[in-house]
Amino acid sequence: MIPTFLADINDTFWFPKQASTFAHDVDWLYNAIVYISVAFFVPIVAAMIYFTVKYRERPGYKGSIEALHNTTIEVLWSVIPTFIAGWIFWQGLLGYLDMQSPPPAGTEDIKVIAKKWSWNFKYPNGAESPDLHVPIGRPSKMIMRSEDVNHGFYVPAFRVKRDIIPGRFHYSWFTPTLEGTYDLFCSEYCGDNHSTMNAKVYVESEEAYAKFLAEAIKEPEDIVERGKWLYERKGCKTCHYAGKEGSAAGPGPSYNGSWGKPVPLVKGADASGKETLFDEEYVLNSIMDPDRQRRKGYEGAGNMQSYKGQLKIEQVEALAAFMKSLESETPPAKK
Amino acid sequence: MSVVTNPVTMPATHPEAGKEDNYLTHSSGFLSWALTLDHKRIGMMYLVGVMSAFALGGVLALMIRLHLWTPNLEPNQAWLLNKTYNQVFTLHGAVMVFLFIIPSIPAALGNFLLPIMLGTKDVAFPRLNLGSFYLWIAGAIFFLFSLFATGLDTGWTFYTPYSIESQGPVIAATLGVFILGFSSIFTGLNFIVTINTMRPPGMTWFRMPLFLWAVYSTSIIQVLATPVLGITMLLLAAEKLLGIGIFDSRLNGDPIAFQHFFWFYSHPAVYIMILPAMGIISELMSVHSHKGIFGYRMIAYSSVAIALFGFLVWGHHMFTSGMADVTTIVFSALTFTVSIPSAIKVFNWIGTMYQGTVSLNTPMVYALAFIFLFTIGGLTGLFLGALSTDMHLHATYFVIAHFHYVMMGGTLIAFLGGLFHWWPKMTGKMFNDFGGILSAAIVFVGFNLTFLPQFVLGTRGMPRRYASYKPEFQLLHQLSTIGALMLGVGLLVALLVLLHSLFYGSKAPKNPWGGATLEWECSSPPPHDNFSSAPTVGDPYDFSKIEYDPKTGSYFKKK
Repeated sequence: MIPTFLADINDTFWFPKQASTFAHDVDWLYNAIVYISVAFFVPIVAAMIYFTVKYRERPGYKGSIEALHNTTIEVLWSVIPTFIAGWIFWQGLLGYLDMQSPPPAGTEDIKVIAKKWSWNFKYPNGAESPDLHVPIGRPSKMIMRSEDVNHGFYVPAFRVKRDIIPGRFHYSWFTPTLEGTYDLFCSEYCGDNHSTMNAKVYVESEEAYAKFLAEAIKEPEDIVERGKWLYERKGCKTCHYAGKEGSAAGPGPSYNGSWGKPVPLVKGADASGKETLFDEEYVLNSIMDPDRQRRKGYEGAGNMQSYKGQLKIEQVEALAAFMKSLESETPPAKK
Repeated sequence: MSVVTNPVTMPATHPEAGKEDNYLTHSSGFLSWALTLDHKRIGMMYLVGVMSAFALGGVLALMIRLHLWTPNLEPNQAWLLNKTYNQVFTLHGAVMVFLFIIPSIPAALGNFLLPIMLGTKDVAFPRLNLGSFYLWIAGAIFFLFSLFATGLDTGWTFYTPYSIESQGPVIAATLGVFILGFSSIFTGLNFIVTINTMRPPGMTWFRMPLFLWAVYSTSIIQVLATPVLGITMLLLAAEKLLGIGIFDSRLNGDPIAFQHFFWFYSHPAVYIMILPAMGIISELMSVHSHKGIFGYRMIAYSSVAIALFGFLVWGHHMFTSGMADVTTIVFSALTFTVSIPSAIKVFNWIGTMYQGTVSLNTPMVYALAFIFLFTIGGLTGLFLGALSTDMHLHATYFVIAHFHYVMMGGTLIAFLGGLFHWWPKMTGKMFNDFGGILSAAIVFVGFNLTFLPQFVLGTRGMPRRYASYKPEFQLLHQLSTIGALMLGVGLLVALLVLLHSLFYGSKAPKNPWGGATLEWECSSPPPHDNFSSAPTVGDPYDFSKIEYDPKTGSYFKKK
């Protein structure tokens, strides 16, 4: 038990590493409240146990029924906790105002798009990635929106959390202070795969960050490579399997071994009961208008949103080329 | 009181030779229960109902804990699929909140005790009381429908817009909540009128047992807050069916508005759940310390204060939702005001034991466990009320642990303590005290083992409502699961002790614990009409005249 408690994942018994400028203040207030709580809890329980033993019912002992009221002590135990609660409120308020006040100048503005069940981060130079990269020592500002339901942006190592409600923009900022790789969780329940809507946060030196941006903006030359590159960045990977082995993971159909095969359709005005071929046209329709022709066996997976306006037709072509490249692999295991 | 009419059953005074009349033997047959207007029988039916709901919610809780034994990094190979897991935690929360905790103490114990504590024959509106029970049944049926239709996966909070697009039977569930809401409103209304109009001569407000103060405060919240839940649920159903564009962002609605509506009820509802529990603890601490309650007026006032402040703090569920900063700060400040009356109560309960004569029997052990657990629940609320720490802890397991310490360590433990305390009165049977204490000990240890590790999970960043988790959280999850199984065993022991008493328990005397409130002045179980003649009302916490009679094993009041 002890080794796990002391594992390096957690810096202290309570907390993960402190990787932003907010972390220290939050942890400090947390620890202060722990001490205050112990200072209340221990005397309460001690008095309870002491009274239980001392005044226990036993032969030859008869307690008094007199002590029913004491104004001094009752006022004291009302007023003192009030001041302590007021102090905790005030400290919490100060920490909160730090987080809510506008960030210092020179922020790295990163657009965050949350959707079931993936993250997409867009950097100032136009690059995109499914994981978050931020430079160390400089404030980064998240400009966040949701494409479907409520999500939450939560990085425990930064002690930062903000809900992302559809229909409005939400902001969050932080200054990373410690290089490393941290977890990013979706903190608002968002449906089936809520618990896998995670990403990594890479806190990097300015040089490494600049290098990442330069790499991330380059779409690969080769069309199949470009398709794979898009598959990993545009959220396809969350639901559709495209590995070498036959296992189907996620709620959407697997890509491998599908190309050129007939696809039984069940749903949609023009598709009921028909079959179609898994070809460029089918891929395009499925991405731009997923409800038009729903594949048999995936009627319930009605959560895919249209990518209209987010993918150019050349990019769909690349994705199709990537799917085609998987045709020689073993067909997926039956779900 | 002209409102009390009881035409279905005959007047109770037909003493057969040697056979004592009580409410259980007064009449028999299915209809004599199904159509009864007797508050005691209605209370007992509620008791069976809420305990069945609790058993169901408990099984769902164990499913959650068993699923989380492993990190489930391969969701398709996990014991429960992600979707199933989401349905299980949704139903666990909804069943426990709406079918168990909210009605548990007021509707079951409150119904049974309130008229007897007032020395009257029944509540003000006995028919409405029966109506409340059948509304509860109807609401429960809607809920069970959504259980068997398998698909409600919105969480018990029904947050929009997910609940609008969810395929699950959201409308059936919301209608169930709507109907249950009316059950709750009618019960509250009934209790308010009963306490206001039917107190016997001599029972002024400050001569009322504190349990009644607590139930009265609870009833006020039920009557004022529950209609808002009803409106919210109707709006949600209308949004889903008609697309009226109030909560759905795609129709320019505002999902945050739903959260405000929902918590405007559901935060006061937390006090619907905990206030009656505090009332029970006030009774238990006093009676089993054989001494009056310390600071009676402060406890009474603090119940009312909690009921009123409870209406002003709903926004603390939404600190990270993007409310305006000023709103957020005001809600944080108001939240801290609620902590004070709760703290005062704890100090007063401890003060009650001072110089008393403490009997360490089953109800008292549960009451002491309550104080221990509720204090942890209350203190951990400080971390969540403070804004900067809440930014880290919101929507993590820390919240889950805090909530369970208050609701389960608080309300459930108090409910069990109260059940053991009034069991001899309700059934006329004494239970095995050792068995009861054993159950309390197992529940206490199991409970702490279940939920203490969850505080640490929360501070380390484990989000709630996750079907899978990072491997480094596994040990803490496993401790929690072991604790949950132990908790289940403890609760089972408590049930067996109670069931055992029904068949093998010795006959309960009139006043086995030495209480001074009126319910201990009628026989156990009470006769159909509670009292043959109106009891004399004194100070409910005057123990100077209470004496033990070893011959009958009962306490009695010296004349």
